[in-house]
Amino acid sequence: MTRLAAAVLPFLAFLGLSPLLLGAVTRVKSLFAGRTGAPLLQPYHDLRRLLGKQPVYSRTTTWVFRAGPLVGLGAVVAAGLLMSFGGAPALLPFPGDFILFASLLGLSRFATALAALDTGSSFEGMGAAREVTFAAFAEPALFLCLVALVRATGSLSLSGMLREGLPELWRAQGPALLLAATALVVVALAENARIPVDDPTTHLELTMIHEVMVLDHSGPDLAVIHYAASLKLFLFGALVVRLALGFPFSSPWPSLGVFLGGMALFATALGAIESTMARLRLDRVPQLLVAASVLALFALVLLLR
Amino acid sequence: MTLPALLIAAIVLTSVSGLLALAVPRRPALGQALACAALCAGAVLGSVAAVGALLAPVPPALTLPWGAPGGALALRLDGLSAFFLIPVLVVPALGSVYGLAYFPQARLGRKAVRLQILFGLVTGAMALVVTSANGMLFLAAWEVMALGCFFLVITHHEEREAQRAGFVYLASAHAANLALFAMFALLARLAGSFDFAAMTGLRAAWGPATAVFVLALAGFGLKAGLLPLHFWLPGAHAAAPSHVSALMSGVVLKTGIYGLLRVTGFFEAPPASWGALLLAGGAVSAVMGVAFALAQHDVKRLLAYHSVENIGIIVMAAGLALLGRARGDAALVFLGFAAAVLHVVNHATFKALLFLGAGAVVHATGTRDMDLLGGLARAMPRTAALFLVGAAAISGLPPLNGFASEWLVYLASLRTVYDLGPVPHPHFAALGAPVLAFVGSLAAACFVKVHGTVFLGHGRSRHAAAAHEARPAMLVPMLVLAAACVVIGLFPAALLPALAGAAAQWSRVAPEALVGPAASAGASAVRVSVTAAALAAVVLGAWLLRRHLLRRGPLGPPPQVETWGCGYSRPTARMQYTGSSLADALVGSFRWAFFPHRRVLPPRGVFPRRALYRATVPDTALERGIVPALAWTARMAGRARSRLLGAVQVQALLLAGGLVALLLWLALGGGAPW
Repeated sequence: MTRLAAAVLPFLAFLGLSPLLLGAVTRVKSLFAGRTGAPLLQPYHDLRRLLGKQPVYSRTTTWVFRAGPLVGLGAVVAAGLLMSFGGAPALLPFPGDFILFASLLGLSRFATALAALDTGSSFEGMGAAREVTFAAFAEPALFLCLVALVRATGSLSLSGMLREGLPELWRAQGPALLLAATALVVVALAENARIPVDDPTTHLELTMIHEVMVLDHSGPDLAVIHYAASLKLFLFGALVVRLALGFPFSSPWPSLGVFLGGMALFATALGAIESTMARLRLDRVPQLLVAASVLALFALVLLLR
Repeated sequence: MTLPALLIAAIVLTSVSGLLALAVPRRPALGQALACAALCAGAVLGSVAAVGALLAPVPPALTLPWGAPGGALALRLDGLSAFFLIPVLVVPALGSVYGLAYFPQARLGRKAVRLQILFGLVTGAMALVVTSANGMLFLAAWEVMALGCFFLVITHHEEREAQRAGFVYLASAHAANLALFAMFALLARLAGSFDFAAMTGLRAAWGPATAVFVLALAGFGLKAGLLPLHFWLPGAHAAAPSHVSALMSGVVLKTGIYGLLRVTGFFEAPPASWGALLLAGGAVSAVMGVAFALAQHDVKRLLAYHSVENIGIIVMAAGLALLGRARGDAALVFLGFAAAVLHVVNHATFKALLFLGAGAVVHATGTRDMDLLGGLARAMPRTAALFLVGAAAISGLPPLNGFASEWLVYLASLRTVYDLGPVPHPHFAALGAPVLAFVGSLAAACFVKVHGTVFLGHGRSRHAAAAHEARPAMLVPMLVLAAACVVIGLFPAALLPALAGAAAQWSRVAPEALVGPAASAGASAVRVSVTAAALAAVVLGAWLLRRHLLRRGPLGPPPQVETWGCGYSRPTARMQYTGSSLADALVGSFRWAFFPHRRVLPPRGVFPRRALYRATVPDTALERGIVPALAWTARMAGRARSRLLGAVQVQALLLAGGLVALLLWLALGGGAPW
């Protein structure tokens, strides 16, 4: 019973605490700016408010527009089944699961981009174009990181890569893992539309990426999109935190606690990055992602040496 | 009835199916229905034979004498043949059902009758190609298939585009045939016979074996459309009617892959360099194929370039399997082979589906230019939904079949990095995984572009405004193919044991050695299915929740308004993002490989009246490589020609003299080599 609880509870934490992560990032940013800022639980209130609203649909849209948010959410939750959040292996680990993990995130992007194009708006077309363009450069970087991890740990599943032996691995292969982790952070920033790639709080449609794709979504659909985005951020955060901390499984509750503490650190780091960096010009983003690929490739070369 | 008899019945029935229409010349609709029924019946018989062969302990075979020198009517249905035979028969059968509405004999008359006859003939020839067990028979069937395809490409022979495409195809097909004749002559020389049974187990020694491999790569690579030998493919696929494109892209290309696998299967312990070459060539083909696809406006040319991409993925997998054989790693052999063959089957289903869907669009709107279309999901919702299934499948997205086979390619490529067994592994092969990730996300971008531009948003021209839903005869084959995409995607584990058996026959690794890898891949594949079920459950749950929330609302049904345009309330369809603008940034990163044709008329003056920008990206290999090279050769040949040698009489004399010299050489040298 405790084993089942130890396996299910991290997943429930993923489903329940993701908006809190977003709230924490916002809070850190407001502290940096010298403001009091919104309460930590503001994202939950926003979701509740959106769920109670009546949506508005454009006459141009079809069922693709309405299916987009749902598929996006489903894909991210299913990806969560494959991720090990700390305290226990994933709910559904298997060799090669990280390929499914990345492809599920690809599915969510595909659905969101098509929903954006369904409105016939040139703003949303622009957003979809940017999203698929940057994803094409982020994906190889992500895979190079994961291949480096496969090589370092000898395991083909996310739970196996992020298992208890990581601290020893850091001692033995520190430089390589550091390179891979840095690349992973860059990919996480790009995939989750954070500064320096995209600004989630920008107010000009012309400069947005992710936000501009969901301009026409409203009410429960927008709530689903925001929730899925927070889940995705949590997933990437978990990947970075697990890789960077590396803690034992043998005692599930402390390691879950350590993991959640790590996520708080991740939120702080993210808020600090967002507060201290400027956004990159759009045509520089692929260069950043290629640089991340090169870092991960160096990591792989170090590990293969 | 025995399996070989079923197979022969299938080949004969499909080959002659088109002729049945001639029996009822007064009733073209009935004639076409008869031909279609015969083709479908042949496909069913052949598929039964293939499934039976996969279940049989020993591959069924049949040999009959044949008068041709060195030839025999030898057929053999081993696992490799059986896996190719099913798509080779089923895709054309579905294509001919589609043709009932798309290319009716009642309206198009003789042109449609001719197409139907050739359609059946090419199908029968392909079935013979993938089941023949004799070099001579293989070459004969190959030639029938190649020539039949030429006539299919020039179905619209009155159009210049079709003439040009047909000519390029014919030239490349003959170049391929030349390479294959040389290859089989060498193989027969090495084995002492044209029988595949005698060729099996050849030693992959340096020299002749390398020559065989290079010739196979040239001949089969030309047919499969491996970069840079793909130059005939975009034009031919675009010019042919859509169900012919589905046939060619879905299965004719695959005969090249079949040949490559068959010939590499002959050799014992092929050198690692073969596998490395295929892996690298496949990777280049995959990346550049999808890059060229992104730059296209013509939906059928775009799909044709995606064939180049997918052939690249298949060849990458085949290269990994060969690397596995070179290193004696049974698991790598299984993963690579299963990935290659499963992707052959999967590409046949989703590419045929996409071409049939594109055909429905062309049929409904009269244009292939995506930037003139838009908003078709309203007029043709069923076509749009089915096309979306194909688009997601070809992008390698779960839970569809494209993901299942690409997942196996990933596993094969990663096996070379993580498993430190007693044999040293070729670590460079692990770079296949990021390459595949790059290709997959580019393909997803490309199909966001296609589906978004063609089916979503507003119609961009009168072509789009006049669209209508496809007829049931066109929708049903698409539905069958889409269902196949979903079923294979949800239950890939079911196919793995049969693939392991085929891999054992191909590589002559002991079948027991492959059981373990197949079982562990199968166990993982079941978990993929479970994740897919979870995905479906969450989507369903979220849908129910939204329905509940909307029903509860006191404000009535959601209002319908214009799309948000920053407060601008009179948008026009021309303000939308086009497919070209969507792909512009990605195309820009491949600018070094493209040589676009541009026509630019910039806006001039204070009140510009008219501006124009039109850019097309032609095939670099054809426009910058093949055509200039051939033109140069022709110029040089023109210079070398002397007036004396140009006379017909002198040429005839030279020909006769050459023949006599060859005969003398044979007679003095001790007869024919067989």
